[in-house]
Amino acid sequence: MATVAETAQRAPVPEPMVPALYQIQKVRRETHDTFTLDIRPQVQGSIPRFAPGQFNMLYAYGTGEVPISISGDPADTARMVHTIRAVGAVSRALCELKPGGVLGVRGPFGSHWPVDESAGADMVLVAGGIGLAPLRPALYRLLAERGRYGRVVLLYGARTPEDILFHRELKQWRAQFDLEVHVTVDRATSKWQGSVGVVTTLIRKASFDPPSTVALVCGPEVMMRFTIGELQRRGLATESIFLSMERNMKCGIGLCGHCQYGPTFICKDGPVYPYPRIAPAFATREI
Amino acid sequence: METLEGILAEHPFLHGLARPHLELIVGCASNVRFDPGQFLFHEGEEADRFYIIRHGRVRVELFAPGRGPITIQTVDDGDILGWSWMLAPYQWHFDAQAVELTRAIALDGECLRAKFERDHDLGYEVLKRFAQIMQQRLDATRLQLLDLYGNSR
Repeated sequence: MATVAETAQRAPVPEPMVPALYQIQKVRRETHDTFTLDIRPQVQGSIPRFAPGQFNMLYAYGTGEVPISISGDPADTARMVHTIRAVGAVSRALCELKPGGVLGVRGPFGSHWPVDESAGADMVLVAGGIGLAPLRPALYRLLAERGRYGRVVLLYGARTPEDILFHRELKQWRAQFDLEVHVTVDRATSKWQGSVGVVTTLIRKASFDPPSTVALVCGPEVMMRFTIGELQRRGLATESIFLSMERNMKCGIGLCGHCQYGPTFICKDGPVYPYPRIAPAFATREI
Repeated sequence: METLEGILAEHPFLHGLARPHLELIVGCASNVRFDPGQFLFHEGEEADRFYIIRHGRVRVELFAPGRGPITIQTVDDGDILGWSWMLAPYQWHFDAQAVELTRAIALDGECLRAKFERDHDLGYEVLKRFAQIMQQRLDATRLQLLDLYGNSR
């Protein structure tokens, strides 16, 4: 499966260095610092197709450009959706945009989660914090073709109950009989009735058959490191673990070298990698 | 009907324990249940047992003046709760409260300690298993302390 994911054909972006003008359709406040933007082309035109896990370079005019994973449904042709955490100048400027506001978009770029390639397998999605956003398109795809997969499990860890993304959808997903959803937070007051503890502790109890499971993991690197350890302890093959990596990017098409990660460029070869491909770099502190 | 011995023998925590050792442990076990909101123990009280949670959820919490109870972790189906019964002065360090109806097997600490003193092999076996749980909890606590989701992804 790793090979298929690595060699998956990606539609070339016609003008990869020229931002297309997009308009904000809707802004949803997910948490105190995280917003979901629905955007569509300013002039009539089709939304480019994307694969789950890919990202766009979003340009806040006058401020700068950042890579943001696409968090919407790949089947949705009416809008492009991004979930952004306001942590720097550009992401803050993007989050301050109002409906009707304009931004630049380049993309979609990068590799994708091996969703189609994993048909027949149990699927475990492990997300930490904002890492749920790049995994959501994969979950949409899995649910759209639910019959093609074995068990589907979503394990999600957030900082506090107030930091949980996509609240309404998580409730809907939890209510589904063919999807196992576990949510945990790192800290909470006694008002929270759910689980408290790190997301890695959920792996031990999740229902999946390790030899025939594919894991998609996205979150802070330390979390991913411990997640890999837990998945391997459960018996998952290393080549069945896929990670989404993050680094600062500039060009988005593998020219500038800003996002070099070992012998790869995250913008071009990633952000989604089969773990064996980046394992040496993943274990190297300086990278 | 499931017997205590059958349940304990199949639990991952005690799985693989020699039959005579399992029988000694069963002699210290009893079924318990807690309603939502009921405390299993309070900080400072005598730690006289540990629990194998069968069904339900329990929060381990610490009361901080001015902030109220802060949940440090939750334990649920299949988890082990409590190791202060092993270590002098045998006092709980935290509060534990049932979040929902919780059924558990309680294992009497004094009873177990007496048996461990008589049978060091049994004591060593159980201590090894507790050490693994302690390591898992310590790792999890360290990750929580890192506040991983606080700044960047």
